[in-house]
Amino acid sequence: MQSMLHITTLHYLVLGAALFLLGVIGVLTRRNVVIVLMSIELILNAVNLNLVAFSRTWGGVHGQVFAIFVITDAAAEAAVGLGILIAFFRNKETVNIDEVNLLKW
Amino acid sequence: MAPVATPFFFYLLSGIMLIGGILVITRKNPVHSALALIVTLLAQASIYLMLYAPFVAGVQIILYAGGIMVLFLFVIMLVSIDRSVKERQFNSQWIVGMIAATALGGLFIAVFMKGKNIFPEHALPVIENDNTQKVATMLYGQYMFAFEIASLLLLVAIIGAVVMAKKRI
Repeated sequence: MQSMLHITTLHYLVLGAALFLLGVIGVLTRRNVVIVLMSIELILNAVNLNLVAFSRTWGGVHGQVFAIFVITDAAAEAAVGLGILIAFFRNKETVNIDEVNLLKW
Repeated sequence: MAPVATPFFFYLLSGIMLIGGILVITRKNPVHSALALIVTLLAQASIYLMLYAPFVAGVQIILYAGGIMVLFLFVIMLVSIDRSVKERQFNSQWIVGMIAATALGGLFIAVFMKGKNIFPEHALPVIENDNTQKVATMLYGQYMFAFEIASLLLLVAIIGAVVMAKKRI
């Protein structure tokens, strides 16, 4: 109980791992493409939390700079992913990933 | 100024984040999921403040909660028809997905149990007020090349998103 009251790096890492797990569950089990994309953003945020926690542990700001780059890449990837989603929706009138099966043999 | 009531704030914010994350992956309406994700991102910005990273917290609020999530909401308004709200929400392979996620969770628990004692006790450093200067020095000094590549990546992403979403190229 005493160890739960002193917040160490491990607490932040466990929180990041829990968020990562939630994002993985969202990617693997949802049908709506938009929610899959949002779960990917959850995964990226969990990684960011890990990076900033380590930057706090060992001093220096390398982890924070890396986290800023990850946020930038997440923005670019979200924009392109949503563009693909709009193109897909224009073709098939649905946002259901079970219907993306044109390459199915 | 010394930190005050750190465990209370940590558990409160992590509770908000986890509840927001669970709401993101279980709501039928994608607008509800987007709003839950905004709550999660704001709680995460607060945790960044607890980790003495104010610049990353500001970037998170402005870019993530204020840029990316607004983009998500725009696209949800464009593509979400009422039919998708009334359908089944978990896809046809959810059992295998849950098994894989449970295996990943077990791996995390094993790793955390084994490596519990690697990290040093938090020797509280001087509470610095020049975090932004340090991040800027590193960003424009050591990581200058990555910075330029990131701006090029954003340009490519903008052009790609516009081309993808046009009706007629």
